Amino acid sequence: MTELAPPSPDAMAVVRAQNLGLTFPTNDGDVIALSDVNLTINKGEFVSFIGPSGCGKTTFLRTIADLEQPTSGTLTVNGTTPSDARLNRAYGYVFQAPALYPWRTIAQNVALPLEIMALTDKAERIARTLELVNLTGFENKYPWQLSGGMQQRASIARALSFDADLLLMDEPFGALDEIVRDHLNSELLKLWARTRKTIAFVTHSIPEAVYLSTKIVVMSPRPGRVTDIIESDLPAERPLDIRETPEFLRLAARVRDGLRAGHSYEE
Amino acid sequence: MSRLQTVLAALAAAVSLVGLVLALLAGDAPLPVLCTLLAGSLTAVRLRFAWSIWADGAVMVLSAVAILMALPAYDSEPLFFWLALVACWAFAWLFVERLSQAIRQRQVSGKIFGLIIPLIFGLALLFIWEVVTRGANVPQVLLPAPSQIWARLIDSVPTLVADFQQTFLKAVLAGYAMGCGAGFIVAIIVDRSPFLKRGLLPIGNFVSALPIIGIAPIMVMWFGFDWQSKAAVVVAMTFFPMLINTVAGLNQSSSIERDLMRTYAAGYSQTLLKLRLPAAAPFIFNALKINSTLALIGAIVAEFFGTPIVGMGFRISTEVGKLNIDLVWAEIAVAAVAGSVFYGVIALIERAVTFWHPSVRGGRA
Repeated sequence: MTELAPPSPDAMAVVRAQNLGLTFPTNDGDVIALSDVNLTINKGEFVSFIGPSGCGKTTFLRTIADLEQPTSGTLTVNGTTPSDARLNRAYGYVFQAPALYPWRTIAQNVALPLEIMALTDKAERIARTLELVNLTGFENKYPWQLSGGMQQRASIARALSFDADLLLMDEPFGALDEIVRDHLNSELLKLWARTRKTIAFVTHSIPEAVYLSTKIVVMSPRPGRVTDIIESDLPAERPLDIRETPEFLRLAARVRDGLRAGHSYEE
Repeated sequence: MSRLQTVLAALAAAVSLVGLVLALLAGDAPLPVLCTLLAGSLTAVRLRFAWSIWADGAVMVLSAVAILMALPAYDSEPLFFWLALVACWAFAWLFVERLSQAIRQRQVSGKIFGLIIPLIFGLALLFIWEVVTRGANVPQVLLPAPSQIWARLIDSVPTLVADFQQTFLKAVLAGYAMGCGAGFIVAIIVDRSPFLKRGLLPIGNFVSALPIIGIAPIMVMWFGFDWQSKAAVVVAMTFFPMLINTVAGLNQSSSIERDLMRTYAAGYSQTLLKLRLPAAAPFIFNALKINSTLALIGAIVAEFFGTPIVGMGFRISTEVGKLNIDLVWAEIAVAAVAGSVFYGVIALIERAVTFWHPSVRGGRA
């Protein structure tokens, strides 16, 4: 059927990388952060990037966000260059740390992108996104009055507030404990189901990647490259105990194999 | 009681007892001093019975009053008088020591008790100053007694007010505003342009290294004898601390915070106003606080190099020549109070503006 009525490939592709490479010059010689990455992220997908540190997963996310410049290959975001996409405010970015401004209340922090982009109906957007991340009632608290998990939820609300269709998340739950992380993972899945956003999610936790994703990209270091792309066949509805099912464990095993294959034990 | 408290209590009682014996032998000791020495000796009963903090405080106050009453009685004070002073000081120390221990152990609570300790410290200092200068007949040129300074201050209110207006309200405030403002603006320009950073920062450094007594006469040549030349000296003194602090403060935001602004495609001025300036606020306030005291020093010293016949620095330099040391001290007192209040006001504004900073809210970073 796709043969008959092929949608233009870029119509579905939110992110398309072709032979993408990125080399950092350092004093000890060049470091190849990304090498020959070919990847397409389609609209509405939840794509996880998993791999050991130094595999370039964060660098790839930052390249999509136009925070790093590729040195070879092509990368398009929404069919345009990453720079134009950034200027069009095409994505919301959630960093490893909440990075909430301590002189602003939670509501004011969520309002920050709205002020910069001069968007209207601020109050409605703040209320809606804080409700999405279950932070209603904390509008007037300062970030340092909240726990780490709540701060990270506030930073997700901030990334959602201006309704970008693409959400880039760089190990957002990496610093949180297991219980909070489980909770936020299932919250994130519900949020994704409700908002139908495209999400690119960097993690180094295999269960997290398998639980959340529709597509898992396994990467390996030195040089940073993609070693496996796994389409998940898990149902859309995923309660937390899906992690004990054979399907889940099979996917997790495949991810683990991919990680092992890409890892050299010489060092 | 701690060891220090025991030593202090023993010292206070022993000195009182020796003083009492000497006073009785002298025969002509004033009654209040005799009473207070007796009371001091009697505190030795604390060896057997509990002796409350407040009883120590009462002995301290009684002996201070008695000593002040006895001050004019002699041309040169006898030994028992000085022993009474030492005993009074020991009681004051003991009282403060016991009170601070009680506060630590939460036997007493409330902010008032916390204020008593520095208050007693300040008063004790003034008291000893007063008693030593008057009791030992220290020449007024060397060190006038606080009471003399106070009397002179009350007598010379119109002069002091005129000097304060000239030096503080005109030279200091104008120079402070201009110097801090210029330092702030240049810091933002320098931050924007690496080229200017290399050019302007060394010049700022150079200006700050100029000796104030070198530039003050030149400023008088340029801007005349009135407050404008003093304000110019203050500008030269306050400019550089503001410049380097603001430049350092503007680099305080973390890379994640700046990346965040970049993901919003925020412009330079938006990033400056919404991120970098708020993050720089603790540094900017540091400069404002440093400059609040520098400005007053600069203006007073600058007045040594030519001024109309009014101003705090002018008054100090001329009255020293006339040996009116008490008026000099009165000016110093006015300058100290003005400088402290200025600093305090800036510090209060800082607390309100940088309420979020860990150093203000008392939390983790």
